[in-house]
Amino acid sequence: MITLNINGKDMQVDADPSTPILWALRDNLNLTGTKFGCGAALCGACTVHLGGQPIRSCVTPISAAVGQKITTIEAMENDKVGKAVQAAWVKLDVPQCGYCQSGQIMSATALLRTNKAPSDADIDNAMSGNICRCGTYQRIRAAIKDAAKSIA
Amino acid sequence: MQQDQQAPQRVPVRSSRRRFIFGGAAALGALVVGWGVLPPRQRLHASHPLPLSGDAVALNGWIALGADGSVMLAMPRSEMGQGIHTALPMLVAEELDVPLAAIRLVQAPIDKIYGNIAMLKDGLPFHPDDDGRLKAAASWMVGKVARELGLIITGGSSSVKDGWLPMREAGATARAMLLAAAAKQWQARAADCRTEQGFVIHADGRRLAYGALAHAAVTATPAEVVLKAPQDFKLIGRAQPRRDAAAKVNGSAIFGIDVRPEGMVYAAVRMAPVIGASVAKVEPSAVLKMPGVLQVVDFSAALPARTGAGAGVAVLARSYWQARQAALALPLEWQEGPGASLNSAAIYADMAARLDHEAGHTYYAQGDAEGALQQAGSAAGVKRITAEYRAPFLAHAAMEPINCTAQVRDGKVRLWVPTQSPGFAVQAAAKAAGVADDQVELVVTMLGGGFGRRLDVDMVAQVVAVAKQAGGVPVQMIWSREDDTGHDVYRPAALSRFQAALDGQGRVLGLVCKSASGSVSHQFLARNLGLPAGGPDKTTAEGEFDMQYEFPHQRISHVIVDSAVPLGYWRSVGHSHNAFFKESFIDELAHAAGQDGVSFRRGLLQRHPRHLAVLDAAVARAGAPAAGRAHGVALHQSFGTIVAQVAEVAIEEGQIRVYKVVCAIDCGIAVNPNIIAQQAESAVLFGLSAALYGAITIKDGKVEQSNFHDYPVLRMPQAPVVETLILPSAEHPEGMGEPATPPIAPAVANAVFKLTGKRLRSLPLTL
Repeated sequence: MITLNINGKDMQVDADPSTPILWALRDNLNLTGTKFGCGAALCGACTVHLGGQPIRSCVTPISAAVGQKITTIEAMENDKVGKAVQAAWVKLDVPQCGYCQSGQIMSATALLRTNKAPSDADIDNAMSGNICRCGTYQRIRAAIKDAAKSIA
Repeated sequence: MQQDQQAPQRVPVRSSRRRFIFGGAAALGALVVGWGVLPPRQRLHASHPLPLSGDAVALNGWIALGADGSVMLAMPRSEMGQGIHTALPMLVAEELDVPLAAIRLVQAPIDKIYGNIAMLKDGLPFHPDDDGRLKAAASWMVGKVARELGLIITGGSSSVKDGWLPMREAGATARAMLLAAAAKQWQARAADCRTEQGFVIHADGRRLAYGALAHAAVTATPAEVVLKAPQDFKLIGRAQPRRDAAAKVNGSAIFGIDVRPEGMVYAAVRMAPVIGASVAKVEPSAVLKMPGVLQVVDFSAALPARTGAGAGVAVLARSYWQARQAALALPLEWQEGPGASLNSAAIYADMAARLDHEAGHTYYAQGDAEGALQQAGSAAGVKRITAEYRAPFLAHAAMEPINCTAQVRDGKVRLWVPTQSPGFAVQAAAKAAGVADDQVELVVTMLGGGFGRRLDVDMVAQVVAVAKQAGGVPVQMIWSREDDTGHDVYRPAALSRFQAALDGQGRVLGLVCKSASGSVSHQFLARNLGLPAGGPDKTTAEGEFDMQYEFPHQRISHVIVDSAVPLGYWRSVGHSHNAFFKESFIDELAHAAGQDGVSFRRGLLQRHPRHLAVLDAAVARAGAPAAGRAHGVALHQSFGTIVAQVAEVAIEEGQIRVYKVVCAIDCGIAVNPNIIAQQAESAVLFGLSAALYGAITIKDGKVEQSNFHDYPVLRMPQAPVVETLILPSAEHPEGMGEPATPPIAPAVANAVFKLTGKRLRSLPLTL
């Protein structure tokens, strides 16, 4: 058993320490909001926060998360910045198929926590690891700026 | 929308069996539909009951009402990002006169009334300008066959087009029944009653909520059913927010990969890397002792020929990670067949040889193209232009990797699948399990992208074959990204050759276009309906034969080359490459004629005012390019919708950089302008990923690409801004999921020509 702190709660996970955080979340803890896209840190669909930093959970083993806080999309409603990002996403109708949007929102929230007024280059930089096949990028950019204003 | 005010059109109610009257001009003006026994081609009443809950009662095959006023709508179309779970409820809410938020969706049962008729009609190989009897007769016949087939499919940019009348009729009919029920209860004349947002209201001020009338409405018989005139639309034509947005920003939306039925186990797969290979030897004992591993199952026998999934085995385990680790560790040997000699270069060479020697099927001919070219000969002032274009295989690369969950127990199958083809999914599951179709219970989840990949049901047959041997527990099979990329049904590779002659004034004397590719439809029909392959396939030549430029002499033909590589419908299908060929070659002709691409196209569209208007709107909005950049233009019609794009392009550090795309659209009545803009943005970027990066190549029978590092797609820093312009129209709504994909590749290539003088005739575009 490995103890992980997820969304503020200690949880017991019966999995090998090499198991990626993604699969512990999805299969062991039934937190399915975090998505599997590539398994190789190439698409960002699995982005969660580890100690506040955005990471690709598909390549990060649970052993690396022991003693740190994991935050997932399911906790964004209780996060001031995350909630503002979600609201901007709905307001500007960002999602289409929606599959990548958990990861997009986690990356955007991490950006806005440290950068209250990101430039286009800052946004490109923070979001370039998150692929959206529906092509919602321009709405994501607008929604990040909208969220930045609402939390300013 | 600009349109004339229209008075409702009254149609007398007759007493014969045939008094259910549809009007061909229903897109205009209100339409009164007689009430009575419906003819067999009706799409109002299903032969299967709606799955009701609580105290809800069904008013027809689409709509049920709860006592609390909640409206249940049977939803036969899959939500894959295109917004159909918002657009179809809008059509119903408009005519039923309820708030959009009152509508809840329930998955439609498998029944003929939910079949997609518009999509099958679009498959007919007729030129859009053709208004002849043969086209009308064929369209009628296909409509009849389509009703009988009742194929429940989401694809071909057809859902709104197909639902435009049936959904509105279902809403209007239910509303009329509620009105009649209220009038009866009040002993009033129906004419003195009206409806408003879920209530029937009498002229004297009395009002009853729909919910209170639901039971009485079931047996109510209205005198007439009236469809709204367009000027009375309150929802249609106005931007509405997506109904699925909230669940897609907090992780609660359930995709195929997210279902968690009780007792479920996970499966990872190993599939033959060489096309057509089979399992020679497998040693399950080597992995059965690994943690969590339960079983190794060979699913090869369940797969039809030339499908996405390769022969192979699944490893079942308690968690997906355990299953995947064991699958990778599994000792496995393959028996390679003739597929091992497949190579991309040889596939192109084969197509070229076939083009050299075969006439192919002529999809469109006007005048005498060959004669015109011959006559032009080498006369003074005549320019002859020839060109050969090519496009590669493409994978769909939807964000949600292919997956399916199935349970086989007590002669029944339960299936959870993100699919565009619920009907085919049921058939595939029944076949793989050896049960009757009606023993399959299907849940269609949200789709994490479809793009045509999820029209195929190879993953269903595969997982059901596995679940059948899993002791009755549900099995969730998930492909890795590498499985998904290497076992797709690919957009066909294609070659296209053009010959044209221009006179001294730049007039096109004749144009001959002949292309070659595999046929998606032949393979798809063989896989899913067991139909023998053969005959023309409209999708191979679409985008070329149906162009609307007014050439006096033209012949457009295509040679179908049998493809051992599995082929599938890829967003915009034949248009996806043929538009690149056609719109690039038009630009070549313009250049040879000494004209700019816009005025040259305008000269060829004098009898096509809608096309002209779309082209002019895009060009006007785009204005002049910024310094150092160029504008490339393309115009293309597909799925009934006309799209013009102006791409603003620069060359930076040896790379093509697209800054902005103006996208002008005539899609008929724009049901939800917000989602239409989303689809334009999406389709442009989807096409641009392919134009700049997309290529699946085959070497020794294997797909060489595996993940996003070697099959790259657009990321945010490379994404242009897309500006969408929707032209006002009162015409029947047309497709919107795909039509903005085809024009982007030629628009960019035409801009690159302006910047560099280099004509790029091969996709992806490389300098």
